[in-house]
Amino acid sequence: MKYLYYPGCSLQGTAQEYNQSTRAMMAALDIELTEIDDWTCCGASAAESVSELLALALPAINLAIAEAMDADQDILVPCSACYLNLRKVVETVRQDETALARVNEVLAEKELHLKGGAKVRHLLDVMATDLDPEALRQRVQVDLSHLTIAPYYGCQCLRPYPVFDDPEEPRSMEPLIRATGAAVHPWSMGSKCCGASHMNTKMEVALELVHGILKGAQGADAIVTVCPMCQMNLEAYQDKIVQHYRDVQPVTILYLPQLIGMAFGLPDDQLGLNLNLEIRSDFRNKRTAVPA
Amino acid sequence: MTAVATQNRPGTESAPGPDALKAIQDKIKSCIQCGTCTASCPNEFAMDLTPRHLWRMVLMGDTEDIFASQTFTLCSACYTCSLRCPRGLPLTEAMHDLKQLAAKHKLPRYKASTAFYGHFMDTVRRHGRIRETEFISRYFMTMTPSKPLMPLKYTSMGLKLLRKGKLHIENPFAAPGKQSLEAIFQKVESMEERA
Repeated sequence: MKYLYYPGCSLQGTAQEYNQSTRAMMAALDIELTEIDDWTCCGASAAESVSELLALALPAINLAIAEAMDADQDILVPCSACYLNLRKVVETVRQDETALARVNEVLAEKELHLKGGAKVRHLLDVMATDLDPEALRQRVQVDLSHLTIAPYYGCQCLRPYPVFDDPEEPRSMEPLIRATGAAVHPWSMGSKCCGASHMNTKMEVALELVHGILKGAQGADAIVTVCPMCQMNLEAYQDKIVQHYRDVQPVTILYLPQLIGMAFGLPDDQLGLNLNLEIRSDFRNKRTAVPA
Repeated sequence: MTAVATQNRPGTESAPGPDALKAIQDKIKSCIQCGTCTASCPNEFAMDLTPRHLWRMVLMGDTEDIFASQTFTLCSACYTCSLRCPRGLPLTEAMHDLKQLAAKHKLPRYKASTAFYGHFMDTVRRHGRIRETEFISRYFMTMTPSKPLMPLKYTSMGLKLLRKGKLHIENPFAAPGKQSLEAIFQKVESMEERA
């Protein structure tokens, strides 16, 4: 299998370990990723807050480059915000020829042209839809059956486009987690919002939302995420939350491909496990313990 | 009218008139005021107006009250209301439209959000990709004259990132790089002015 790959800005910076572990997991499965040439920012959650046209044009630049590279390959995107921005362009121009013409008028500045037929796929969609859990299970070398994992999906890989999962009660991570041998933590917080960029502009509101998620995850050994912004919000402010609310314990937060990579027996440095902000010592100890 | 309202460009600094709401009113005109949006919103607890109330004010053209409220800046784009709206209205998009109006008019009440998104986009404009340290430095520079202690809230997170080697020292005034999107941004601005 082959995909075009749009890592996005976060995966070059604060979410390097998401990039490393995605690449390592895919390589272990003989899946080829080709990075989109000279990709640029998708606009994140900022462009849509300043200009509708810019919010379409920025992701469209990357789609046009991808179409020129190989129009038949799906575009794999690990970041949920990038995924939604890229996907929104495809969904918008499909129904709105005027929007397509306007986007192309902008893209002409870079001598690019968008047709609009690109297929944009979230990493979780590819893992849940294109990979066979049984094939994953056969690749597992490290038994994680003594771990309980809380699947956290966040918002933008699920909504507003319900493509590969139920947008309110998602389940798509469960077969992937079970393939590692681990148990799935039963909870209802998997698709609840982490507050996203509120952490930067309205911190108290975001802390309240993250608190609810951490509270729901109590008893799990780790939460797994599929978005750099969710990961940052869940892991970077735990000291504040533990201190302020006093009813939660810190929780280990991993990216989903890091968990799968651990089960495959890939080395920690390939999975960027030294880069996570919140991996608890009890998780480290339990992970390497022999299952009872 | 300034089209892409980023922090360093002039804005009108006056409240949008009722005409500014026309496009948003068209999007949500079949709202039946059922309140599903309010019941679905994870941030409703922090809002001064509920989403349902806000949509009614939009339809009534009540710009004064809309732009006295923080409600639309509290939308975190989770899309739950858009998904559940029984009329299928693009409510999250309508929230973005209100954020765009507040940014374009440089309303002081929304300084934090406007500065955050404005500096983000300025960094992308100059370098093609986000440079996190550069844009956060610029954001803090805008905010600290009125809120000098604000960056302290991020000290613990910043130190964690630094220890992991995830923060890079960047000159906040670095010249645009080879991936500059200046031409794209200028084109968007000229098309929006034309509209």
